Amino acid sequence: MSPKLPPQPHLQHSSTAVSDGQSQSHAAPPKGILRWLLTTNHKEIGSLYLIFSLTMFFVGGIFALVVRAELFQPGLQLVEPEFFNQMTTMHGLIMVFAAVMPAFTGLANWMIPLQIGAPDMALPRLNNFSFWLLPVAFTLLLSTLFMPGGGPNFGWTFYAPLSTNYAPPSTSFFILALHMAGISSILGAINIIATILNMRAPGMRLMDMPLFVWTWLITAFLLIAVMPVLAAVITMMLMDINFGTSFFNAAGGGDPVLFQHLFWTFGHPEVYIMILPAFGIVSAIIPTFARKPLFGYASMVYATAAIAFLSFLVWAHHMFVVGMPLVAELFFMYTTMLIAVPTGVKVFNWVTTLFRGSISFESPMLFALAFVVLFTIGGFSGLMLAIAPADFQYHDTYFVVAHFHYVLVPGAIFAIMAGVYYWLPKWTGHYPNERLAQWHFWFSIIGVNLTFFPMHFAGLAGMPRRIPDYALQFADFNLLSSIGAFFFGASQLLFVLGIILCVRGGKKAPAKAWEGAEDLEWTVPCPAPLHTFETPPVFHRTSH
Amino acid sequence: MRSAWRWLLVITLSASGSQANANDWNMPVGVTDVSADIFGLHMTIFWICVVIGLVVFGAMFYSLFRYRHSKGAKAANFHEHTSVEVLWTAIPVLILVGMAVPATATLKNMYDSSDAELDVMITGQQWRWRYEYLGEDVAFTSNMSTPRTQVSGAETRGEHYLLEVDEPLVLPINRKVRFLMTSDDVIHSWWVPDLAVKQDTIPGFINENWVKINEPGIYRGQCTELCGINHGFMPVVVHAMEEDEFDGWLAERKEAAAEEAMGVDREWAMEKLVARGQEIYQSICSSCHQAEGQGSPPAFPALANNEQLISDVDWHLNKVINGVSGAAMPAFRSTLNPVEIAAVVTYTRNAWGNDTGDVVQPSEVAELIAQ
Repeated sequence: MSPKLPPQPHLQHSSTAVSDGQSQSHAAPPKGILRWLLTTNHKEIGSLYLIFSLTMFFVGGIFALVVRAELFQPGLQLVEPEFFNQMTTMHGLIMVFAAVMPAFTGLANWMIPLQIGAPDMALPRLNNFSFWLLPVAFTLLLSTLFMPGGGPNFGWTFYAPLSTNYAPPSTSFFILALHMAGISSILGAINIIATILNMRAPGMRLMDMPLFVWTWLITAFLLIAVMPVLAAVITMMLMDINFGTSFFNAAGGGDPVLFQHLFWTFGHPEVYIMILPAFGIVSAIIPTFARKPLFGYASMVYATAAIAFLSFLVWAHHMFVVGMPLVAELFFMYTTMLIAVPTGVKVFNWVTTLFRGSISFESPMLFALAFVVLFTIGGFSGLMLAIAPADFQYHDTYFVVAHFHYVLVPGAIFAIMAGVYYWLPKWTGHYPNERLAQWHFWFSIIGVNLTFFPMHFAGLAGMPRRIPDYALQFADFNLLSSIGAFFFGASQLLFVLGIILCVRGGKKAPAKAWEGAEDLEWTVPCPAPLHTFETPPVFHRTSH
Repeated sequence: MRSAWRWLLVITLSASGSQANANDWNMPVGVTDVSADIFGLHMTIFWICVVIGLVVFGAMFYSLFRYRHSKGAKAANFHEHTSVEVLWTAIPVLILVGMAVPATATLKNMYDSSDAELDVMITGQQWRWRYEYLGEDVAFTSNMSTPRTQVSGAETRGEHYLLEVDEPLVLPINRKVRFLMTSDDVIHSWWVPDLAVKQDTIPGFINENWVKINEPGIYRGQCTELCGINHGFMPVVVHAMEEDEFDGWLAERKEAAAEEAMGVDREWAMEKLVARGQEIYQSICSSCHQAEGQGSPPAFPALANNEQLISDVDWHLNKVINGVSGAAMPAFRSTLNPVEIAAVVTYTRNAWGNDTGDVVQPSEVAELIAQ
């Protein structure tokens, strides 16, 4: 299978004493673009995922800025409502499926083998395929913007029948793109489960794994459970659009509400797919910079599992106003409120880890601490939204927009940034420029709160989401949000600059780049050689 | 429990100045018992979150400040404590149960739409609301009345920019009104914050909700479910009247409706039809086909100088009565009466250079609908 190319010298020192023919062919990759197209190395694929995610973060960010620019003041100034709807839709789709999810998969690729002492992912070629599906899928999705009738304009939740009988002709391409992204996620999840269950270092029990590995293991099961539901629902849409079925078309005896039940059966666990690995990252960083073991390791694992389990039982809290029977409303209200319990346990554990620690404030820690505070604020508004009667007022307003951006931006995305600053020394061999990283942090903190905090008020005062123009009483809040959004967007250029500088040079990092870091990845050199743990490490059980 | 919320409500109101001010940045207390209950729940859960937040973040920032590495803090090594962990699992459960009890009571009340004195059918259409007073033979559509020139900025924006309609839903105060809600096309959601009624209108389904308004006034809201291009331009306005005023209004509308129904068999003069048709065109058709009939192709074809429309009156009538399947054009056979359809078709055939001179009589339309 390997391409006919002249033999190459080993790129990196291999720690395997006896190097057989197979590992040589792995260590001698082709040059140029083929190296990246054909790579089966978990570190290279991890880097590809992360670079792809960062690129898409900016694409989705630009869409958000188009939205915020139009909402800067009342009236329609820059774009028509039709294009505005495409921008809100694409922003959501790109951020969820092309920015946040691939970022976590990238971190998983890089760090899970290093954290469990495995030489690579269990299924390296599948790993390559999982990644390369993504650029194809999202090129296709973005190309719909240039098709006649425009791209998807029905919101990232694409409720039928707006997304079927009333959708633009490009919708079938949108469905194909989402199918590919879904397959990529399922294959990635299978790979992660296979790796974690089969390739841990000798002596490492499940309850010895770092929490990032644990949260990803649970996330991977969530992915396998719900991605097929997404595939089913978009296939039903495809049938309704092209083959004359009426799954969601009331005129043909179908049920538009069925769409929402199916979508949120996928969609709510999806929310946790985007936050559980973030919990894992933060649970690695806080003990490192508090120089103290994580408080309540076991309860962290159980809380993660409990959240994952509950995530299957709460989907209809997104549907409190569709006219469900009273009993269903009550059931989903109670289960949703219950999620606050394991989530609270996590927050209490992080705070208690800080208590009587020895705390320093390097950039990964700053982002992790901001995560704890701002994610909790998003959790509070989530608890408010869980109260079904009150949700009749909150539903589909900017209060909801504020809520889920708090859990996704200073939640998921800050955790990803924390993880990047934390593991950059391992990836590049250099520390990131700390001063630059701190500027990035403080600008981001200001930007994120300026953007999203006023949205709570706009929503409570009555501003619906997904509108291109608004009544005059919402003008001040929108002005602030728009200024904040441009500020936040611009400050992300510092993030890119920091990463580029760190790849090119900087202060050299030792194997154990952070004083308080304990997991296995800190036993291999910085930068991690292309091949690591070809001989399984001996795992020494520490505190937990 | 109920008195406790009222108490909280009073505190919140006095803290925030007045009810009118609170509206600008907080949920309105509204003008129904249900909306006040919901406001009470909202503020209760809000303050619970504030207190928990103060405790948790207080402990966190204390630790961050007190145990700084730069001040030589030495890390302890403890990493579990079973009784503490059980405690902070149990306490939140108790708080949640305490919150769930009043929430359940309010929700039960919101779901009880029995014993209503008036039934109003609310139908969402891209992008207007249709209101039908069931059993009263009164029905009309309600369209945004903010001119497009205000949206584009060519004209100064009025006080109720985007939240004003040509015909508001008129309701009596102090009577329980049941809403039956559905949609003709995509899913919409009918929301008036002051009434605390938000309910999706779903094609093929009829949802129920109800309201009993305590104070007369004009209450404004919007569609809250993304429903296409003009989702942001689909306001809801409710005009709540004293009971006897409402009865007078309803009687007047019934009379007018009856008069128009009789007009179906009458021969109408062209000017009358054109004048009536122009009103209907501007309120219903112009949101897609544009004020001057220029449309916005390809989704919304032009009507001005449209060859097929000019040459074929039967085709034209058929499209208005039965709609175009697979496209945005709805069937108006049940939402407009024969007089209105005849008027709007006559107007369209004689406006913007479409000088066909055709006059379509309501009786012809009635016959077509009956077929």
